[in-house]
Amino acid sequence: MTVATTRPVDDTAAVPVETDFERARRRRVRTGLLVLAAVAVAAVAIYQFWDLSNASSYALDLRRRQLLTLVIAGASCGVSAILFQTLAGSPLLTPGVMGFDALYVLLGTLIVLLFGSDTLAGMSPVTTTVMNAGALCVFGVLIFGLLLKVSGRNLVVMVLIGMVCSALFSSLGSFASRMLSPTDFLTVQDIMFASFSTADESVLMVTALLTAAAIACCIPLVRYLDLLNLGAERAIGLGLPDRVVVGSTLALITVLVASSTALVGPMTFLGLIVANVARQVVGTPRHGPLLLGALLVGAIATVLGQLLVSRVLDFAAPLSVVINLVGGAYFIFLLMRRVRL
Amino acid sequence: MSSPASTAARSQEYPAERPEERPEEYQEEHPHDHVQENSGGPASGRRRRPPVVAIAAVTVVALSVLSLGVGVAGVGPLDVFSPDAAQWEILRISRIPRLVALLLAGAAMAVAGLIMQRITGNRFVSPSTSGTVEAAVLGVIACAVLVPSAGLLPQIGFAIGAAVLGTIGFLCLLQTLRRADTLTVALVGMMYGGVLGAIGAYLAYQADLMQMLELWTTGAGSSLREGTYEPLYLVLAVGAIGYLFADRFTVVGMGEDVATNLGVKYRSVLYVGLVVVSMMAALVVVVVGAIPFLGLIVPNIVSMMLGDNVRRVLPITALAGAGFVVACDLLGRLVRYPYEVPFATIAGIIGAAVFIVLILRAARGDLR
Repeated sequence: MTVATTRPVDDTAAVPVETDFERARRRRVRTGLLVLAAVAVAAVAIYQFWDLSNASSYALDLRRRQLLTLVIAGASCGVSAILFQTLAGSPLLTPGVMGFDALYVLLGTLIVLLFGSDTLAGMSPVTTTVMNAGALCVFGVLIFGLLLKVSGRNLVVMVLIGMVCSALFSSLGSFASRMLSPTDFLTVQDIMFASFSTADESVLMVTALLTAAAIACCIPLVRYLDLLNLGAERAIGLGLPDRVVVGSTLALITVLVASSTALVGPMTFLGLIVANVARQVVGTPRHGPLLLGALLVGAIATVLGQLLVSRVLDFAAPLSVVINLVGGAYFIFLLMRRVRL
Repeated sequence: MSSPASTAARSQEYPAERPEERPEEYQEEHPHDHVQENSGGPASGRRRRPPVVAIAAVTVVALSVLSLGVGVAGVGPLDVFSPDAAQWEILRISRIPRLVALLLAGAAMAVAGLIMQRITGNRFVSPSTSGTVEAAVLGVIACAVLVPSAGLLPQIGFAIGAAVLGTIGFLCLLQTLRRADTLTVALVGMMYGGVLGAIGAYLAYQADLMQMLELWTTGAGSSLREGTYEPLYLVLAVGAIGYLFADRFTVVGMGEDVATNLGVKYRSVLYVGLVVVSMMAALVVVVVGAIPFLGLIVPNIVSMMLGDNVRRVLPITALAGAGFVVACDLLGRLVRYPYEVPFATIAGIIGAAVFIVLILRAARGDLR
């Protein structure tokens, strides 16, 4: 896209000259990201060094693990939300709204149901986490790829089906968990939700690696995702390898959802809040800065949220309940504005 | 592929879209694979009715006998007809109350859904997709927090009040939607319910009632026995009122101007409908527990088969709802015999699957 410039262009320059407008926008994006990074560092520091004089070395170590958990979960949640919004072509649709996390819980339950807890108890938590993520990858790509195709990118139909799917998956999940013996049920609980307060070091490391790998895999996709912003038909017309991109993006999304759900449990609206705030702050539709921004906002949201819950509300409500309350209201607001009802 | 836009100019009071009224004779018959097809060809509605009612009634009776004859205690399906003293005791204390409660709950939720759909003129409005059920749950939680030792009746009172308020809130929300097609209204309703549910979860967590919350949000039959289900009989009285007002509900669904022109008191009928629906939903939530999607799918399927005349489809809708719940409960009791799965879980799986099919049909535009 060349922009008509007011200055005389010297004919040796083959590259279009950057206009003042573009430069200002670039500066704005950079400032936004820097501010986010500063806030994230501040939030992490507050969490880690709160009331330092009374903190024992054990408490500091525990805080470090909790921080790692929160940052990974928040970052993967934010990135996966942006990716899914682009695929669905709407800022309202995130994996949480579409029932990805409910699907993850369902699959974990089914795996225990099929293999029995004895088999799984013999495995390391690392293996089970990877196995679950793999299963979610396969089913997620199948189900949601089909959904994207069937509903023809009609926003309301997509959201509605996503919500009903959420309900369906959680019903199926609770049905499957009723079929388990009590010991198996405990196994599921152990596998599905790494207890937040005493995060297991090895599981943490594996999810950290998975998340980092998945986010790294986004980098080559960024160009294609920017193309998708123009709308699916135009993007394909411009030579986008549609199937490959949508398939691999969905696969990345499922890995990220698996790692965040495994760490902090299902949080339906976290991704929605994070992705929309990131879009506001970063202020560009380009995926490079946007994904980086979402990663930072996600980390900030979970760390500050947990700070709020633990220090201000004094554990009066779990983080997930607070986020669902705020996020649900925000979603209705977005929907009203979006559909211009 | 968007849902058909409303062309008729309509009053601001009542923005939701409704299909054009067609005489029943021209109603297409949609055979649906979830319900037994009736053998009648495209005969007129009046002549087709008796077999359908008969089939539905026979099915429900058969399911009921099976339901009475399944369980851990030694009462088989054949003993139901000639029980000895010990068996009669089991039937009287546990199984008959359970069956009656399930029949009443299923019928009530289906009829409540039907009335809501007629009043709003929208096929996808029902107690479970417009915050009514979640509001009722909120009411019960509020009652448990404020009056910790409350019995069933105060709980029901609180639940009814909250359900009425919650449903009024949804209707107000509807009036702010300028261009509301069926699917959008369903979506906003589900979100609204989700927010109310989150508030409920927050309060329940605060008051340490999470386990109780599970009880109210998932319908289960195992705790139903003599002395816990009797308030559900109120549903019959409320249902009778609903039946008397059936035609007025249809007229109200056409919007305030039309209703007023036809001599129907729009506001008062609207509030009667509101109270009827809220009472039914609240009673079911407190006594049995919520039943997901039932109020949405049963009236829709019945309407596909038999058209939209409320007075005519209301009895069959009630029968179908009752039969559906008893069937789900039967499945839940057999699938892990001797343990039980709450019937709401099974109803939720079937209901969600059917709802997805309905959404896709609506999106294609052959169900408006």
